[in-house]
Amino acid sequence: MSINTKIVDDFVANGVNFITTVPCKQLAGVIDEIEAREEIYHIPSNKEDEGIGLCAGAFMGGKRPAIIMQNTAIGVTVNTLVTLTQFYRMPLPMLISYRGELGEPVACQVEMAVHTKALLNQLHIPTYHFHKDSDADELDAILKHTFMCNKPVAILTDASFWKGY
Amino acid sequence: MIRSEILRDIAPVIRDQLVVCNIGLPSQELHMIDDQSSNFYMLGTMGLSSSIGLGVALAQDKKVISIDGDGSVLTNFGTLPTIANNVADNYILLIIDNGSYGSTGDQPTYAGMKTSLTAVAKACGCENVVECQAKDTKQALTDALAGDKMTIIVAKCESGNIKVPVITMDPVVIRDRFMKQVQA
Repeated sequence: MSINTKIVDDFVANGVNFITTVPCKQLAGVIDEIEAREEIYHIPSNKEDEGIGLCAGAFMGGKRPAIIMQNTAIGVTVNTLVTLTQFYRMPLPMLISYRGELGEPVACQVEMAVHTKALLNQLHIPTYHFHKDSDADELDAILKHTFMCNKPVAILTDASFWKGY
Repeated sequence: MIRSEILRDIAPVIRDQLVVCNIGLPSQELHMIDDQSSNFYMLGTMGLSSSIGLGVALAQDKKVISIDGDGSVLTNFGTLPTIANNVADNYILLIIDNGSYGSTGDQPTYAGMKTSLTAVAKACGCENVVECQAKDTKQALTDALAGDKMTIIVAKCESGNIKVPVITMDPVVIRDRFMKQVQA
């Protein structure tokens, strides 16, 4: 089974049925898989804070949402994560491509990578880091944890996890 | 007419609907005029009223009205293509367009200058876009609720604010009572 299939299977098994995406090259396979699943309403958004707004609404409407985005988006979503997702206590799994880690060919991506964990830590967002295949075995538990505690939760997935570019 | 007069006018039409209301004065005014547990007041996060409302509408069948402003739509301009391409016929976006950032001191917006939000919404692919004058907002909203078609209403009004108290209700209470209305 491909890692993309496994990830989306875990989403579906946990009742996640509304996913917004902003693309990243590393996440292309997951996004294709999400688009292909009938159980999931896939709604691409134009900016990640817009996507988090859609997820907040979908959650209040009775769906289980998730967002797929790049770590660069943490810069544009801080206010939304704090004043919407956290302030109103809503669950939000965030599957994030962790650009700028080992194997990264684009120097500029490293500039945001060095701030990624620090920002998530400052925001008190539980953060998990997928570096090798077997790390994804925790996804099911992470999703259960997210909907148990009604918090945004970050899953960082680096280039080693995705086997390079 | 100013925004609070429109809200007073439409209050009887929206009181039994799910409403997502824009941050700042719009939420404070609606809260003061006719607080309902079916109102979701945004206490922060400028720009996302339309996105939150669309999310609620796509997730369930009840009608949802997002009350937004011209300044907030400009802040989250990407919302209009998303709305156009994810049609929810139980969704109405009411943009109260007073050509200014009301909550921050009535600084002018570009929507009050050369930019027409009606034209932008149409260009983004929104199919039912209605522009009306402030006094006709109640009728436009009544028609949209009866129409079972996703509708964007751009209600043109004058800028100006009234004195209103801030909302002190806990956000989790706002969210919880709103979700109970969704499930009711």
